[in-house]
Formats: sequence, C-alpha cells, structure tokens
Amino acid sequence: MTAFDHFSCPIPINEYPQVLLAHGGGGKLMNMLIHQMFRASFPHVADHDGAVMPMTGKIAMTTDSYVVRPLFFAGGDIGSLAVHGTVNDLAMCGAIPKYLSVAMILEEGLPMETLWAVVQSIAKTAHDCGVSIITGDTKVVDRGKGDGIFINTTGIGIIPHDLTIAPTSVQMDDVVILSGDIGRHGVAIMAQREGIEFETTITSDSCPLHIPVMALVEAGVRVRCLRDLTRGGLTSGVCEIAKSGNIHIHLNESAIPVADEVRGACEILGLDPLYIANEGRFIAFVHRDDVSLALDVLHRHEATAGACVIGRVTDGRAGMATITSPIGAERILEMFSGEQLPRIC
Amino acid sequence: MRYIDEYRDPQTAHEYAELLAKITTRPWTIMEVCGGQTHAILKFGVDTLLPDKITLLHGPGCPVCVTPVELIDKAIEIARLPNVIMTTFGDMMRVPGSSTDLLATKAAGGDVRMVYSPMDALKLAQAHPEKQVVFFAVGFETTMPATAMTVHLAKTMGIANFSLLVAHVLVPPAVEAILSAPDCRVNGFLAAGHVCAVMGYEEYIPIAQKYRVPFVVTGFEPLDILQGITMCVAQLEAGRAEVENQYARAVQREGNTSAKALMTRVFAPTHRRWRGIGEIPLSGGGLSAEYADYDAERRFGKVIYGDETASECLSGQVLQGLIKPDQCPAFGVRCNPEHPLGATMVSSEGACAAYYRYRKGHTP
Repeated sequence: MTAFDHFSCPIPINEYPQVLLAHGGGGKLMNMLIHQMFRASFPHVADHDGAVMPMTGKIAMTTDSYVVRPLFFAGGDIGSLAVHGTVNDLAMCGAIPKYLSVAMILEEGLPMETLWAVVQSIAKTAHDCGVSIITGDTKVVDRGKGDGIFINTTGIGIIPHDLTIAPTSVQMDDVVILSGDIGRHGVAIMAQREGIEFETTITSDSCPLHIPVMALVEAGVRVRCLRDLTRGGLTSGVCEIAKSGNIHIHLNESAIPVADEVRGACEILGLDPLYIANEGRFIAFVHRDDVSLALDVLHRHEATAGACVIGRVTDGRAGMATITSPIGAERILEMFSGEQLPRIC
Repeated sequence: MRYIDEYRDPQTAHEYAELLAKITTRPWTIMEVCGGQTHAILKFGVDTLLPDKITLLHGPGCPVCVTPVELIDKAIEIARLPNVIMTTFGDMMRVPGSSTDLLATKAAGGDVRMVYSPMDALKLAQAHPEKQVVFFAVGFETTMPATAMTVHLAKTMGIANFSLLVAHVLVPPAVEAILSAPDCRVNGFLAAGHVCAVMGYEEYIPIAQKYRVPFVVTGFEPLDILQGITMCVAQLEAGRAEVENQYARAVQREGNTSAKALMTRVFAPTHRRWRGIGEIPLSGGGLSAEYADYDAERRFGKVIYGDETASECLSGQVLQGLIKPDQCPAFGVRCNPEHPLGATMVSSEGACAAYYRYRKGHTP
C-alpha cells in the first residue's frame, strides 16, 4: 500500500466520464480539472503563472516529450516514463534531479479514469524519485488530432561536484560499463502492439538512475561520460558519443547481456537487441583504474545490479565505433536508419 | 541461449576456418543466394575468417529488392484510393518506387499498414467490411505458404473485400538465370535453408547436374554458413557437383509436402520481371485460375511494365553477383539508407544495406 493507493478520481465521473475540449478551454471545467485533479496530486505546484525557487551553483536542465503507445505497458505507463525519462536525462548530466514541469496534451474523449491513472502514476513516480512537480500546463485537442495523451516534462537538477560529464571528457583507454541487460523496454512495448502481440513475461526496464549515478560520483569514480540508452538502443548511444567525443569505441558483443526472452523475441521478429530501446539502462565511460570500484558501487543498486564492462576507448578511427562479433570477427557499429519501431517512448 | 549460442561458438568457428584453409587449394567463388545469409555473413564477419582464395558473392535472394518498380508504383496507386487499406511487410514500406514509397504515401494520407503476417491483413478485412483490404504479397517460397493459406481461407470464408497484389518470386529459375549468363563467375551455391525447408531440395539436383555446380542447403547462423562453405569447397576440390544438405535440422529432401500442396493449388508459375535483372521466365508465383478473383490487378487494373530506365544504381549487377556493393561508385557517396538509389540499400536483406551497416569502407 502506498500513499497514493487510497485516492480515487476526484472529478465527478458520472458528469464527465471523458475529457472534453472545455477541459482545456480556460473556463470552469479547466479550473475544476486543475484544482481537483492536478493540484490534488501535485502538492508542490505553484498557484501562479510560474514557479519561483531558490537555487545556487551549477544546474542542469533538460526536456523531453512522451508519446508512447500503448499508454500502459508491462512495467510502466506514459506517466512513470515521463518522470523516469527526464530524471534520467538529468542523471546523465551528473545532476541530482530536483524539479519537474509537466505539460499534457489530451485528446478529446480520453476517459477521465485514464487521465487520473496517468496523473497518479506521475505523482507516485515523482515522489519515489524525490523530485517536486512545480508547474504544468494542460491543453485539449480535437478527437482524432492526438493519441489519448502526450506529455512533456522539463527537469532541473543541481550538480554538486566538479566533474565535467560529457563526450568531450572521454579519454583513450577509458572503459565502457553497461548498467544491465538491454532491450527490455522495446520488447515489452512491442509485445503489446496491435498486430504484433505475443506472450512474454518481459517487463520494461523503466526506472530512475540518478541514485546509482550519484553513488559513482560520491565514491570518487572518475566518470567521464554517461548516456542513457533510449531510442536507438545501445548502438545509438555508443555511436553518438564516438562522434561527439571524436574518439574510437570498441565493444565486445559477447560481453553485452541480453535476457533470453528478449533475444528470443528479437530472433523471431528479425530485430537486433543492440538497437532496441531501453528506459532504465545507461553506459558509463570511466577511468580504467576505477573500473572495479565503479562495478562494486553499481552492483549495490538494484537498477544496476547487472552492470558489466562491454568495451573501451581505443586508438581506432576517431568518430566511429566497432564491435567484435560472437565468432571473433570485427565490424563497424552503425546507427539504425529510419525506425525499427514506431513510438516506444 | 539454446539453439543459438552453439551456432555462434567462436572456438568452433575458428576450427572451421582452419579446416577450410587446409582443404582450399584453388580459388573458388561461392554465391549465397539468400539476403538473410548475406547479412549474417557481414554482421558476424564470417567472410573475414575465410581463406583469401575463397570469394563470396551475394545473390538475388532479397525479394523486396527484386520487386519491380511498376509493382511498387501500383501498390502506391492503390494505397492512395479512398476506402482501401494497403497492407504489407515492414521491409516493403521504404522501398522506392519511381517517385515515392509506401511510407511517404502513408504520411500523405494513404491507409498503409505494416503487418507481420498476411493473416493480419485478412483480419483487417473482416474488421473493415466497408473497405477493400489489399495485401502486397512479396517473398520467395518462404512466405508463399502463408499467402496461400490466407487467400485459401479468404475464399473458404467468403471474405470478398480482400485481395492480393502478388510479387512472389521463385529461387530455382533465378539461379538458372545466373548460371546461364555468359559472364557467370559462380562455382558453387549455398542454397537458402528456409526456402528448402518449404520446398525440399530435389529441384536443385537437375540444375547441379546441368551446370556442373555444387549446391549446399545452408542455414543462417555463422557456423551453419561456415559449414556450408566448407562442404561446398570440399565438393569443388573433389570435382563433385551434388546437392548436399547442411541444414538437416530443418530441411528434408522432399520439403513440407502439405505447404507445397497448397502452394501448387493457389499459385501458378508465371513470367516475372525482376528489378535490375529483367524478366525471368516462369520465375513468379501468380494466382491460379481457382483463386484469380482475389488478384488485386483484376480489381484495380493491371500493372503496366515499361522499359527499365537507366540509373546510376547498379543493384541489378549486385543482385546477379557481378559486383560487390562497395564496388558501385554511388555506394556510401550518393546512395545510403537515408537516400537510397535502389532497393538493395533499403531492405533488411539487401546486400548494399548489409555492407553499409556492417562494413562501410572499414576494413577489419
């Protein structure tokens, strides 16, 4: 039982079983939605046009929009994803997430119960992550012009250390650590897609990563760069850092953990786990002498218990990544063209 | 993972590489027909383990790549009609027609849907009786049984708002076309294991005898391919030209007899144009007279074939094994997956896409 379980939707469902255009129209209905649903769920939201808060030192800021379909999937929903995704983007900057804004675009006709469930999920996830939702916005679009609910969250975090965590900080011989097995989020979403449905016990890996990341920093690990592996999967994360850091990254495919069920689904559907989306996995580039310390720290946290070394920065051609295949041959790692799957986050 | 890892074992792979180096005394050129094998070869780096004397050529086994432009244009034309749902496999969506592709047609408002099985298209037809649902049926003998079963069910269940735009192609006529070309360099073939799982491999025996080339029915994992190449080289070195089966865990000599029986009933061999190659006699599977009512060309007009326009794209030569993808002057320069000049750069089984994704000028 959590603090959120006893709530029920405060909007009179009999009167308004669905979201109406008027709920975004600026009048009484919108006011009711804001006060009875959003303010009741997000106690830190300022009763004003914007939020004002004190802040000193270096801060990080990020924004992301969430359009995942289906809205509810094994291991999460669009609400928890909208919090985790932005919290994790802050964590990858080496920041402690503090504040979030939540902006929603609702489609006319969205069941009020669905909106309530998503709002509750956002509130609970933010609470669990230790972040405060301090401002927000709601718009309603005509039926057929949205897909139920789209969410944008912007996050602000504080940076309590002097490390510059960025691709340009990565150096020769740095080691690449992967925080756990890959492909769970993409496969969990795919398993529920219309036209593809298949039975699997795989759940999304969506989870917050700032606590293990800050533990790395606090333990004194020389963290050079962090990247969460969302759309485009591990490959996009690695290729992007190789390019922006102008370095060569070499991975060992046999060292990359993939759950059997994820592998099985990928084999059947003709997909490559290296390109499948994750929502709770990251890679860390660390000084080679700090690898065992980093692994010790990560293994103490549930979200990163499967952390392992998958590669290193080498003197190959700068700006690109290569990988040793399971049979011991080398090839390049190239970002995916087009999309492997539509709308997974 | 069982049934996967044992076929990707590095130790065994290197043992095969050593064995191959030992038995290879002369230069041999071997063609893997199937695009799935091409991708496995490039992805796992199987070719980098081979002795220098062995050259792998990549064959025409990418059905999406060989589907003629006119058929794609027809699919696009149908998809633009009101009250039509056009369905096809994901791979087909991005293949360029003469001016656009199905994905862009979808973005422009056409109802185009990706399906994993033709049965999903039939379900759409049941769910939308007010619409015409068309399945753009592509594939070799691997996907033909599923198409056959779907149209057979549509007929049995009396679902009239469903039809097929058929682009099915057959492997053996294409192999014969390659072998009978005057500049053919191929000494031996790896036959596609999944095609043979359906069809068996008896139809390759007369081809092997006629052209004096060995065939090895081969699977898709790296060790399958290495073993297939080893068996093929052993035949070549011994002067044999037989049909052997490496993929015995999935393929029987006679194939899947019930699938073949249904295919024979639903499809009839027809002349088919191959993109970049030209017409190959009796190389396509068209609907038989019994199922001709389900032919989308009957409902929406026949496909009109023109002359292949000259293009910078050399995919036709790639598909016939005359050149390798990176020997094309446009490769990686004016042709890449974002701006493909030809289908071989788009499809997940296309040889150019495989070279771009796994090699792109990088010499391991």
